[in-house]
Amino acid sequence: MITLENVHKKYSNDVAIGPVSISIPAGGITALVGPNGAGKSTLLTMVGRLMGIDEGTISISGFDVASTASKDLAKIVSILRQENHFVTRLTVRQLVGFGRFPHSKGRLSAADELIVSRSIDFLDLGALEARYLDELSGGQRQRAYVAMVLAQDTEYVLLDEPLNNLDMAHSVQMMAHLRRAAEELGRTIVIVLHDINFAGHYADHICAVKHGKVVEFGTPAEIMRDDVLTRVFETPVTVIDGPRGPLAVYY
Amino acid sequence: MSTTALRAASKGRLFEPKLIIGIVVVAVLLVISLFTGVYDIFGAQDGGEMFAITRIPRTIALVLAGAAMAMSGLVMQLLTQNRFVEPTTTGTTEWAGLGLLLVMIVNPGADLLTKMTFAILAAFIGTMVFFLFLRRVSLKASLTVPIVGIMLGSVVGAISTFIALQTDMLQSLGIWFAGSFTSILRGQYEVLWIVAIVAVAIFLVADRFTVAGLGEEIATNVGLNYKQVMFLGTGLIAIATGVVTVVVGNLPFLGLIVPNIVSMFRGDDLRGNLPWVVLLGVGIVTVCDLVGRTIIMPFEVPVSLILGVLGAVVFIALLLRQRRNG
Amino acid sequence: MAETTITAPRTTPKLRAGNRRSSGPLPSKKVGKRYWIVLSILIVLSLGFGFGLLAWDNPMPPGSRGFWLIAQMRASNVLVMLVVAFCQAIATVSFQTVTNNRIITPSIMGFESLYVAVQTAAVFLLGAAGVVAIQGVGQFVLQVLIMVALSVALYGWLLSGKYGNIQIMLLVGIIIGAGLGSVSTFMQRLLSPSEFDVLTARLFGSVANADPSYFPIAIPLCLLAGTGLILNARRLNVVSLGKETSINLGINHRREVMKTLLLVSILMAVSTALIGPMTFLGFLVATLAYQLADTYDHRYIFPVAVLTGFVILSGAYFIMKNLFYAQGVVSIIIEVIGGTVFLIFILRKGRL
Repeated sequence: MITLENVHKKYSNDVAIGPVSISIPAGGITALVGPNGAGKSTLLTMVGRLMGIDEGTISISGFDVASTASKDLAKIVSILRQENHFVTRLTVRQLVGFGRFPHSKGRLSAADELIVSRSIDFLDLGALEARYLDELSGGQRQRAYVAMVLAQDTEYVLLDEPLNNLDMAHSVQMMAHLRRAAEELGRTIVIVLHDINFAGHYADHICAVKHGKVVEFGTPAEIMRDDVLTRVFETPVTVIDGPRGPLAVYY
Repeated sequence: MSTTALRAASKGRLFEPKLIIGIVVVAVLLVISLFTGVYDIFGAQDGGEMFAITRIPRTIALVLAGAAMAMSGLVMQLLTQNRFVEPTTTGTTEWAGLGLLLVMIVNPGADLLTKMTFAILAAFIGTMVFFLFLRRVSLKASLTVPIVGIMLGSVVGAISTFIALQTDMLQSLGIWFAGSFTSILRGQYEVLWIVAIVAVAIFLVADRFTVAGLGEEIATNVGLNYKQVMFLGTGLIAIATGVVTVVVGNLPFLGLIVPNIVSMFRGDDLRGNLPWVVLLGVGIVTVCDLVGRTIIMPFEVPVSLILGVLGAVVFIALLLRQRRNG
Repeated sequence: MAETTITAPRTTPKLRAGNRRSSGPLPSKKVGKRYWIVLSILIVLSLGFGFGLLAWDNPMPPGSRGFWLIAQMRASNVLVMLVVAFCQAIATVSFQTVTNNRIITPSIMGFESLYVAVQTAAVFLLGAAGVVAIQGVGQFVLQVLIMVALSVALYGWLLSGKYGNIQIMLLVGIIIGAGLGSVSTFMQRLLSPSEFDVLTARLFGSVANADPSYFPIAIPLCLLAGTGLILNARRLNVVSLGKETSINLGINHRREVMKTLLLVSILMAVSTALIGPMTFLGFLVATLAYQLADTYDHRYIFPVAVLTGFVILSGAYFIMKNLFYAQGVVSIIIEVIGGTVFLIFILRKGRL
């Protein structure tokens, strides 16, 4: 379980996050949704201890994020941000291998290699594993990064808009992979999503964020409603029954 | 947003009461500059003559060089959309120096015009190299841009040093580079008037530089000939830097601190800021020159030393401010 | 804690013939073979140039006592080159890794301006004669101390706290260097030509500047700092993935950066105080080393970089000394070549 208690962060006089108090249950996929600039990514970044908070506490599985050593947290939670840019030239497999660093400290054992292999195969990257990252398409690279955080083998996986820059087919594939990771591997996945319909279909819980605060939290059935979505996104939304569940129409 | 719209929006603010006060302050500084010096222009017999030979040219040179370098900095910042760019952080000055050095070696007796032409040419090439590099990386807002620019400048500086060492001109090189108004005399500074033309040109086309700075696609979209404007901008910067380097020397950081200070107080209103940039540029150079002339009288400290130290302090202060604001 | 291990892969791992699946630093046999060939060539070249510098043009017959005496005298120069190559190579590679930027060198961070300022001030204040008098281990140690202390102050000031930002730290370092440069230029202009000549000799990196009496301090210092970085290579590999990824992987990024920069400043201070400024040697060496080693792993990059540095220095000296009889300009030639490589690099790659 991820627990945020009275979390507060102030940027300037008019931009602030919080106070946020919420519990994200272990297991399944929790989607963070909300308008642009609502603070979804910031919240995720704070949970992943990439950014400090001013007040309050965040704990993951009972470990306080602020006081637990970073190297111990790395075995419980992994976070993937949107932009990953570095100068080093790596193959897909080398990148995924870095996911084992918290466990191996850079000395990969046979067991580590096995986990790396499985993680690569899990995301169907087997044929690409010897390729260099700069030779891949955006979607393939995105999958490689996800494979890295899966190889990190943490109970909690935080993903910041992993569907960004992916086309329709790749977005669906990515969500299917994550769904399987949640179900087959028992991971708890917290994901920032832009498209409410992806959240409604793939997530187990939806957390709506607006103006730096959590305004709604519930199952897709509770959130995918005209009044709730209209309030959250501040634009008229109608939810209809689609062929595969509720579908939000906002145009 | 088109260039004409930009211009119309801010046209009314070119002159305002505060600007008059600024002009008066700078005018007073210039008058002080006219009457500061070791030579007693009132008591000595040829005082009037000396006044015309040294003091007036020196003061005019302060005005022209200060305005030109401040405006060059502004143009560079507009074209690159990066606050920390100016002739000294992009290598332009070093290229101008290299051009000058090459002329001096090939033809030690070259006249001022030849020296200038080569300095301008080299400055032009150097600025183009930098802009070409910038077009390939998409990090316009990044602090990496001035870091690369300074690296580039030190590469060119190393080449100059190598050539100077081989031809035994190292100490002279240092003297040329150090900006100083000491040697400005009647008959030797008049070419500086060229930069006045540059300043007027910048006034006329400044808005286009802003649009060009938004990138080739946006500029083309609003009907601007991107390449032409970049070429023009680079040319104006090269002429200003080249002429000032040959006649006065290096005026480090002036083009950086002046536009930044102005926009700190007045926000980013290009057209309204332009006169202030000119005024502050002239004001700072004049103050530095006055300090340089008086602190170790009867000797002079070159203005580039004072500007170098003062500019570094202001630059660091600006960086720390940026750091706080993220 | 996490008991979720990846189980039941849907697709069975496809083992390609003859290639065991491994995430190692040398991803395939081909890359591995290439690496060891490159390393061997560098070792051969290093030994060749090193021995060449000791033995070439030695008037005594090889093997005789006189031969060894002359070789011994020359050995100190070779040792200096080794120390400088070691310092510059390891410092620059580590520095580029923690700053996540492959087109800068630690030398523009004010080390050299500080060196130039100190040397110029010495000549300016004491005159040509006075400067010769203060040569010695004391001034060497003092220079190293000043440089390390000032850079630690800079890192401590700009990297710690809420607003710690490495780009701003770099730029502030460079600007302080530029400010110092203005002061040095001013002092230089007041020197008499003969004083200026004395100074010039010191302002250009030259192996001849190094005094063997510095070795007992310089060598242990650089070994200590260098070993610190080499032992940290695995963590540097993670740091090279950027701040957020390395925090995610459990690295204390800020501490890693501070520690690395401290060790880098020691290496740079030793190198600069030993032979004087060599702005682009580090850049040249690191750039070549990445191309030659072709791996992310610092454990493999470091040896290639050090050897490349030594080959460049010793090769340049050997060629300039025995072919062109102009060993005085070696450092400047390396500077100009390094600078040109820099120009080509930014115009061709354009990638930071």
